[in-house]
Amino acid sequence: MAIFVNENTKVIVQGLTGGQGKFHGLRNRAYGTNVVGGVTPGKGGQDVEGIPVFDSVADAVKATGADASFIAVPPKAAAAAILEAAKAGITFIVCITEGIPAQDEAKVFNTLLRDYPKVRLLGPNCPGIISPGKCNIGITAGEIAELPSAKGPNVGIVSRSGTLTYQALYELKQQGIGVSTCVGIGGDPVPGTSFVDCLAEFQKDPETHAIIMIGEIGGSAEEEAAEFIKANVTKPMSAYIAGVTAPAGKKMGHAGAIVSGGKGTAQGKMDALREAGVQIGLNPTEAGSLMAEIVKGLK
Amino acid sequence: MDLFEYQGKQYFAKFGIPVSAGGVAVTVDEAVKVADASQYPVVVKAQVQVGGRGKAGGIKLANNADEVRLHAGNILGMDIKGHVVKRIWVEHASDIDEEYYASFSLDRAAKKHLLMLSAQGGVEIEEVAEKDPDAIVKLYINPVDGLSEKVARQAAVDAKIPAKALEGVAKILVQLYDCFTAGDCDLAEINPLILKPTGEVHALDAKVSLDGNAEYRHPEWAEYSATEELDDREQLAREKGLQYIGLSGTVGIIANGAGLAMSTLDVVNQVGGTAANFLDIGGGANADQMAAALEVINFDKDVKSIFINIFGGITRGEEVAKGIVEAMKRVDLRAPIVIRLDGTNAEEGREILASAGIPESKLMSKPTMLEAARAAVALANGK
Repeated sequence: MAIFVNENTKVIVQGLTGGQGKFHGLRNRAYGTNVVGGVTPGKGGQDVEGIPVFDSVADAVKATGADASFIAVPPKAAAAAILEAAKAGITFIVCITEGIPAQDEAKVFNTLLRDYPKVRLLGPNCPGIISPGKCNIGITAGEIAELPSAKGPNVGIVSRSGTLTYQALYELKQQGIGVSTCVGIGGDPVPGTSFVDCLAEFQKDPETHAIIMIGEIGGSAEEEAAEFIKANVTKPMSAYIAGVTAPAGKKMGHAGAIVSGGKGTAQGKMDALREAGVQIGLNPTEAGSLMAEIVKGLK
Repeated sequence: MDLFEYQGKQYFAKFGIPVSAGGVAVTVDEAVKVADASQYPVVVKAQVQVGGRGKAGGIKLANNADEVRLHAGNILGMDIKGHVVKRIWVEHASDIDEEYYASFSLDRAAKKHLLMLSAQGGVEIEEVAEKDPDAIVKLYINPVDGLSEKVARQAAVDAKIPAKALEGVAKILVQLYDCFTAGDCDLAEINPLILKPTGEVHALDAKVSLDGNAEYRHPEWAEYSATEELDDREQLAREKGLQYIGLSGTVGIIANGAGLAMSTLDVVNQVGGTAANFLDIGGGANADQMAAALEVINFDKDVKSIFINIFGGITRGEEVAKGIVEAMKRVDLRAPIVIRLDGTNAEEGREILASAGIPESKLMSKPTMLEAARAAVALANGK
């Protein structure tokens, strides 16, 4: 098992002929991901190192039977690319594009909800998802992810930040702890997939035995996660929240990482999670060692 | 990007929202000229991006040119909570019968647009929310559907806006929603939204925050970026295209990734230090980016040590290390560097740093974030 993606996932790359799409798309294939095609309007019929390129997502789906898409196109084109994928029957969309206007994101999110309720969007502005040894979609360096072990225990990771996701993967690898799936939900104000969506899947996944969650300031996604954990998650968890010392009213790199009107503080998020029974690390390493302790107890 | 009141009003006007006749001034003479062209009495208002300017003496009524001269002279250059007034807005003073509140924002939990409307305006909305939460109507709007005049009118009825103001308020709500969506605002707020004795409804103040991600489709925003209040460090960082926020501590920070950069600030704080800045150098962390980042940090006179925190993912440790060595050749640094390099090929990277011939008093390598933070803070504190 694993969540959202596995060895059967067939992936196309929207923007495969562009710089980022080509670089990461080929890396994903080299990792073992089943990359079956690419899409760039006007370049149908070409290929990128053997990966066939199509003019539209509809053409690509028809020819390859793809069910997932990796979107690596500029912000201007991203909203339309997401909707094109959904319309063509893709059910899992990963969008790494950073810099999409919030109004576009809100519209896309609600359009998917209304017209394509079976489609899951991961991102935008996210590092992607990796189920180690099975499928890697996005920009994660696959080699820092420890393969899940058959008898477990394995850990699921969900995070709003890219480098902190890598950090978490690395901490676990150092300790030899397997990872079932690592999901980067992204740092934008309207993420397609939330902490709660991922926690629900991890709770159901028999291959996941414990969960690390990495949040940051801004919004209330961590507080909502805490509510959900209290009611639904029985697997042990550790967490880290970035931005304890971030000044109010400033966007800390990510469009969604901002404390405004006293809301969205790291302290509030840590308190909510702690109250839900999650062990809180004061830095990413500490969250990793807390998880190592948890895993020891599960063996 | 937060707009000044006068910019907010000019932005509102583009969407048809009625605002008072007036103009912006940077000198006393200009203020008098604007006042003469408007109709007396006028209001002279300090343009700062901080609340409480009225209480601080930054908003004054003037009945004639002499009074404008007096007030403009006092307000220009005034320090309001650390914000020095560089511009004033002068507009015709409106007669006010009633004051309302209206705003549109994105509700991140609901993932919908949120209209907040109240018949109790003119005070901080947080205050109303605390004392009389029922006085605020909250309406969630699906961005796919938008806001019709009919729905806006019903919201006004629900907010107990009196009948005589209903049409005016509903119309402005639709215009304000258009400004919020087509104008790519994070926040569009009118407080107070006033009803004049003549029956007209009118925006007396404007609070607008623009979504930086939408800048590419708003060339007209260039004039707003030009007046953004950045300190010298932030100005330099912007010119170099870096994600930088100036803070007031002594440990300069460079990290790759927004989350890791935030985390670095936290860890420095945790071990008793203070960060001088937030700086996300991005995923690549090559020599050019590193040199640019070091230049900006070096420009900050308060920086006593520099903490570079890099986690190698796709960008391998040895590439990062080469970048740092190269960048150190280009920038003559005042403060010592403590680096924590981890992730893909970190060992090889540390090897390169160690054999580059840079004395440890200038560049020190530590294996973990916490150890590096401790070393950087000790250096900053002169230990």
